[in-house]
Amino acid sequence: MTAVPLAHVLVLAGILFVVGLVGVLARRNLLFMLLGVEIMLNAAGLAFVAAGSRWAAADGQVMFVFILAMAAAEVAVGLALVLLLYRRRGNLDPDAGGGDA
Amino acid sequence: MAGILFYLSAAVAVAATIMVIIQRNAVHALLYLIVSLLALAIIFWLLGAPFVAALEVVVYAGAIIVLFVFVVMMIGPDTVARAPRAWIGPVILGTVLAMELAYVLTGSAGHPVGEGAVQPREVGLSLFGPYAVAAELAAFLLLAGVVGAYHLGRREGRER
Amino acid sequence: MPELIWLMPALPFAGSLLLLFARRFPPALAAGIGVGAVGLSMCAAAASCAFFLFSPPAGGSLGVTLWSWIDVGGFAPRVAFRLDALSLTMVLVVTVVGFLIHLYSAGFMEREEGFSRFFAAMNLFIGSMLVLVLADDFLLLYLGWEGVGLCSYLLIGFWYGKPENGRAARKAFIVTRVGDAALAIGLFLIATELGSLAMPEVFARAALVWPRGSGPALAAAALLLGGAIGKSVQLPLQTWLPDAMAGPTPVSALIHAATMVTAGVYLVARCNAIFSLAPAVQLALAVVGAATLIVGGVSAAFQRNIKRVLAYSTMSQIGYMFLALGVGSWAGAVFHLVTHALFKSLLFLAAGAVILALHHEEDMRRMGGLARRMPLAFWTFMAGALALCAIPVPPTIAGFASKEAILAQAWSSAQGGALLWGIGVTGAFLTSLYTFRMIALVFLGPSGPQPEKRTGAAMAIPLAVLSAACLAAGLLGFPKVFGGRPVLLDFLGSALPSGISTEADTRTEMVLEAAATAVSVAGAIAGWLLGMRGRRISGTEQPPAVLAGARAFFAGGWGFDRVYETLIVRPFAWLARVNKSDAADLLPRGIGGMSMRLSGFLRRSQNGRVRWYAASIAVGSLIVIALAVLL
Repeated sequence: MTAVPLAHVLVLAGILFVVGLVGVLARRNLLFMLLGVEIMLNAAGLAFVAAGSRWAAADGQVMFVFILAMAAAEVAVGLALVLLLYRRRGNLDPDAGGGDA
Repeated sequence: MAGILFYLSAAVAVAATIMVIIQRNAVHALLYLIVSLLALAIIFWLLGAPFVAALEVVVYAGAIIVLFVFVVMMIGPDTVARAPRAWIGPVILGTVLAMELAYVLTGSAGHPVGEGAVQPREVGLSLFGPYAVAAELAAFLLLAGVVGAYHLGRREGRER
Repeated sequence: MPELIWLMPALPFAGSLLLLFARRFPPALAAGIGVGAVGLSMCAAAASCAFFLFSPPAGGSLGVTLWSWIDVGGFAPRVAFRLDALSLTMVLVVTVVGFLIHLYSAGFMEREEGFSRFFAAMNLFIGSMLVLVLADDFLLLYLGWEGVGLCSYLLIGFWYGKPENGRAARKAFIVTRVGDAALAIGLFLIATELGSLAMPEVFARAALVWPRGSGPALAAAALLLGGAIGKSVQLPLQTWLPDAMAGPTPVSALIHAATMVTAGVYLVARCNAIFSLAPAVQLALAVVGAATLIVGGVSAAFQRNIKRVLAYSTMSQIGYMFLALGVGSWAGAVFHLVTHALFKSLLFLAAGAVILALHHEEDMRRMGGLARRMPLAFWTFMAGALALCAIPVPPTIAGFASKEAILAQAWSSAQGGALLWGIGVTGAFLTSLYTFRMIALVFLGPSGPQPEKRTGAAMAIPLAVLSAACLAAGLLGFPKVFGGRPVLLDFLGSALPSGISTEADTRTEMVLEAAATAVSVAGAIAGWLLGMRGRRISGTEQPPAVLAGARAFFAGGWGFDRVYETLIVRPFAWLARVNKSDAADLLPRGIGGMSMRLSGFLRRSQNGRVRWYAASIAVGSLIVIALAVLL
């Protein structure tokens, strides 16, 4: 039944995580940085679920649920902040100097 | 057969994610991300975690990405590129995913990894059993997120 | 009786301390403390003298140890004083002359700013000088030695507003420092070779441990001689004294004529045991003295500044003392020291009266005819001058007896007797020459500027007392040939070994003395003529270039300053300039600089950019994971 070794799934998770990381570091737009963070969270969740299914335990999925909840909260607050910043500054560049309103 | 499905979905996920971070246009990036999330949902199903697969689609792709879309709309999209060329990538990837989804949902795919599916019932029991405290804490977190998001997102009407 | 010994230096120290911390005293109080402290010290000295003479202590000396100074690993110098004939003589000279000069200063320095500071430094000086001469331990002597050097610096640069005075003070200090360094090394040598710095032990062990003419003895004696040369203004460390005349005249009288400059003579006399073990060094002593004698005398004859004449004269007279020490006449040198203190300080004080009356004018070309207008200054100056020239008018005059004693001993010396005597007599000629030239320029001839009457009682009394002392001091050692008794020399015999045993017969001695006196008189006449003539041609004729060059050379102290400037001062200043950023400081500065650079580099990593921080987190975790996996 185990046609795909666990290692492969973890490798997939790793690749996705790295792609997300590169996305965070390489883009100069706050929105895209947040997207990269979401990708990374997702990849971590995949790793958990894969590990959980290896032993047919529910724990992996439970972890994923928590990650999901946390990602939701984080996205909510993060996007609110992005909105605020955009209104204040007029752009979404994290490196630009912060002019006072 | 399940193995091939898995690798196919993995390829789709990786390709879509790479496209996400390359895009100029925020909306295009979001759409590619949705494709990637859908591919991951299939992978979750193949891993024997149907509940999580459903959650991935409903919460992640359905709520979180939608939030992103709302914000992008509020900020204003940079360019409105509706060139036909932009459709090619998503169409291809989407088609592949649709085929896989159909095959998976018919139940004839096995579970390539692990010992078998873990039913939602077990997840629920685990969630409100040993992990009950964590569930409560997650609830706190969500509440805090809601309140914070509301407060931060408010127009500065009353704050002057 | 032992209390009197340490009271002598303690009283002036107390006076100095008092004056140092109470700057706002009214001048009368400051003068009272300053003069009084030395006066009391003088009384203590007189009382000690009385005790010493009427109930002499055993062995001819009384030692008193106050406390143990250092005691580490067998090296245990003490703070100890010793009163014997030699130190008693020195103490009397220092306190009596010191007291008279302090009294004089109360008048001379009247209305000067820094009155208290002056007396504080003067008292400190007297205290240090007394420590020097009373010390029974070489370390204590060195303490006094350094103390008088310090006070000399403070007092030469007393009027610190003018930079030249500061320069002169620094020059004096630095040149004597060279001698002090030699003395210090000599003390190190003595301490390591003989194991102690206590004088009685040192002198006893030296005779036992060091054979005559051996290396350590020669080295120790030579180093002590180096120290003496520096302090006593002998060749080659004599360049500082003429510049030291920048200080107030009482300072020149006390420090640079009567007492500090004679410290070297005292040192050699005290260490006669060591010098007897090093005949080569003793010869060097005599040679140095003879050479300085001539250099000083010639230079004095070309001076235009009255105090510089007296400075070169001091240099020359101490040369006589060194000459005496070199031929083994320890007591004769000390006798001349005593008489020199009397007449040289008298000359300085009288000159000071003239200078003050002419509003601090020191150039002799602008003086003249003061004999009529300042009779006190004139006659006291005359007394001092006759003593300096050793002209026996009256026969009991101080300088005559002492100089004759030295010349006689020089003649009978084992090494180069006739040559040394000849040099001595030439020196006598020069002495009279410059002295009477000075008198002619200052007091005789047509009138110069009008003096203001300012010689008050405070200044007049010391002048009178010193004149009387000068005129009578010859009694202390009148030549046997003319029926006198060598009172002082015999007295000193209990502390110093007697001079050369062989004495010339009476007839030779009388001939020699007559010859010397005649030479002195001839010099006086020549000087008088030079002075009178010099008045008339100054300012009217231009002397030829060769003469002008010669004049400049001799007046400038035979070019020593120029040589030192080129050989030592300029290279050293160049080196200091080149090394301005201090190569030796490279290591500490390098360390500091490196840490600054490192911090600058690290600072750039805190640049406020979010993605930079995220990247560093990623890299950091990568490294940690790699370490965890690989190790």
